[in-house]
Amino acid sequence: MSLLLERVEKSYREPDGTPLPILDIENFQLGDSEQVALVGESGGGKTTLLNVISGISTPDAGRVVIDGVEINGLPEVSRDRFRAERIGFVFQTFNLLAAFSALENVLLGMSFGGGKADRGRAHELLDRVGLSKRAGHRPGQLSVGEQQRVAVARALANRPSLLLADEPTASVDRANQENILTLIREACTADNVSLLLVTHSPEIASRFNRVARLDEINRVSNATTAAGGPA
Amino acid sequence: MNLMSIAYKSIKQRALSSSLTSLSVALGVMLMVAVLVIHGIIDRMFSQQSIGYELIVGRKGSGLQLVLNTVYRLKQPIENLPYLYYLELKNDPRVEDAVPFALGDFTKEGGFPIIGTVSDYFVLDYAPDHKFKIRGSGFRDSFDAIIGSEVARENGWRVDDPNTPENEASTFKLVHGGAESDHEHDEVFTVRGVMQRTGTPNDKTVFIHLNGFYAIAGHDRPPNETLIKLKAFYTEGIPGHPELDQTDPETLKPKPGAHVHGMEDWQKEVTAVLINCKRPPDWPADAPSPFLGDFEGEFKRGFKAQAVNPIVPMRELMQDIVGNIRKVLMVMTGLIIVVSGVSIFVSIYNSMSDRRREIAVMRALGAQRRTVFSIILAESLLLCVGGGVFGVLMGHGLVFAAAPYVAAQSGLLIDPFAFEPIELTVLPALIVLASLVGIVPGLTAYRTDVAKALAE
Repeated sequence: MSLLLERVEKSYREPDGTPLPILDIENFQLGDSEQVALVGESGGGKTTLLNVISGISTPDAGRVVIDGVEINGLPEVSRDRFRAERIGFVFQTFNLLAAFSALENVLLGMSFGGGKADRGRAHELLDRVGLSKRAGHRPGQLSVGEQQRVAVARALANRPSLLLADEPTASVDRANQENILTLIREACTADNVSLLLVTHSPEIASRFNRVARLDEINRVSNATTAAGGPA
Repeated sequence: MNLMSIAYKSIKQRALSSSLTSLSVALGVMLMVAVLVIHGIIDRMFSQQSIGYELIVGRKGSGLQLVLNTVYRLKQPIENLPYLYYLELKNDPRVEDAVPFALGDFTKEGGFPIIGTVSDYFVLDYAPDHKFKIRGSGFRDSFDAIIGSEVARENGWRVDDPNTPENEASTFKLVHGGAESDHEHDEVFTVRGVMQRTGTPNDKTVFIHLNGFYAIAGHDRPPNETLIKLKAFYTEGIPGHPELDQTDPETLKPKPGAHVHGMEDWQKEVTAVLINCKRPPDWPADAPSPFLGDFEGEFKRGFKAQAVNPIVPMRELMQDIVGNIRKVLMVMTGLIIVVSGVSIFVSIYNSMSDRRREIAVMRALGAQRRTVFSIILAESLLLCVGGGVFGVLMGHGLVFAAAPYVAAQSGLLIDPFAFEPIELTVLPALIVLASLVGIVPGLTAYRTDVAKALAE
């Protein structure tokens, strides 16, 4: 998998209509199976960048190219399909669906691509994250660390080529931070998945061979949260 | 996971509000189904399909009352006709069948209505192409009775069985004018036939031999009174009895204390006569007899008796009263269902603000806008259609539960398993309703700003 961001710009609008620039990235690349930590302060545009890469948002200008496909040029339906099949997401707050069991949450990760949800793979993933005996438990019945492990299993469910992790260890205790980080990195290594992991923790970032600092790649200097949109 | 299972999970998460809104749909549908089924049963029962004869002849008065009384055993009988008049009809060359009905009295047990008649009644179709099937010998003697299936079931009465001589035929007595009356007739009648279920009021009726009916003490009027009535009826002379025209009724006055048993034909009366008219040999079997109109016209011009095509007053009753009541009930139950639909809308719509993040997560996992729209629509469908199916079952359950009560109160026999074809429209209508109420919440899901919802 290769990721290329070229002259990507993204702004939000203030309530009075004034544009508020969030991203202005000249060039950023991620190689096949590469694991990169993206470090930046809160409000610096990290989450917006992940949204742009995943096709949830489109940039105002520039190109986002994944495996040769310029996804910001695709219609929304195709971007959704691309995301469902090629990109895994791990959120800071896990975002597991409360009504679904751990197994069903993993199956949900396979439900929006073209293929059929594979229960065998879902069980295998839960086994990999050490939750095979908790497959029938709902998120409310799992510990915080266990919930994030389910989220990791869900992100890997569709055999993505790119995993986007948005501060995945920020909501867990120190002991679990290490476990989660190891789990994500090992899983990506095992499955040849490229990883872009956003963190504001220098300690977490120090574990990666390559660390990208958002304030260096993003030419927008005023890293404040836009009133009307996420940063 | 498919859309339905995702939708079902969401519904389960809001189990209480989901089941209450679905229940409100179920209750509306239950009422609608009950109204449809009961109306359908009444409609069929009060139609020509349920009656095996073309005309009912009775004393001048309300045609509807004559039909309700003769066919459905509802309401009180109107005045009687002379038995001689029945004989005239029987001998009319245009008449195929003429069956006398003498109504009055009830069984002591269960209060089932008694009808005095002749064996010919059981040869007629009780409904077109439906013959009576009777277990037992039928009328052999004046004090024999043939009972309906419900009478046999409720009273535990049976006919004698040659294979088990110890099981003797049941016997019973009559009470005058109603089960609550304390005047019990002395005569004992024996069950000689039990009809198979017909689904008509015959099932809840006891038929006794007409001769037995006349033989009951008290059913014979004093001859002087009968003659006065007969002369009033036959103002132009009593047919076949010129001697009676010359007789002074006062001379027939019974002596005090005397009790008269046995009646001449001129002393007898019938409540109604069931008529089937003859058809010319080449006449189509399913077309009304050409004599039918003649008869109705003749009776209209006369003042003594009326001939009623039983379908006509019942059709008028159905259209003018029952039909309108049905319309009102249908509109009301329809409104209940619409209100239930609105409550489903409110329930789903209110949940949307709590579910913005859930929808955003699904979108982030690759769900398309139309997918989340469909999930919300599927929720609406599951709630509406689930409630509807439950309502259809409850509706039939209600009819099932109400059938014995309705039968006891009104004499109407309701088949608890009756199905109305119009019920087939209930589910498609609910699907349309579900689609309508699901559109707005579905659009809310469709328009969810994923980045914003994930950041909240």
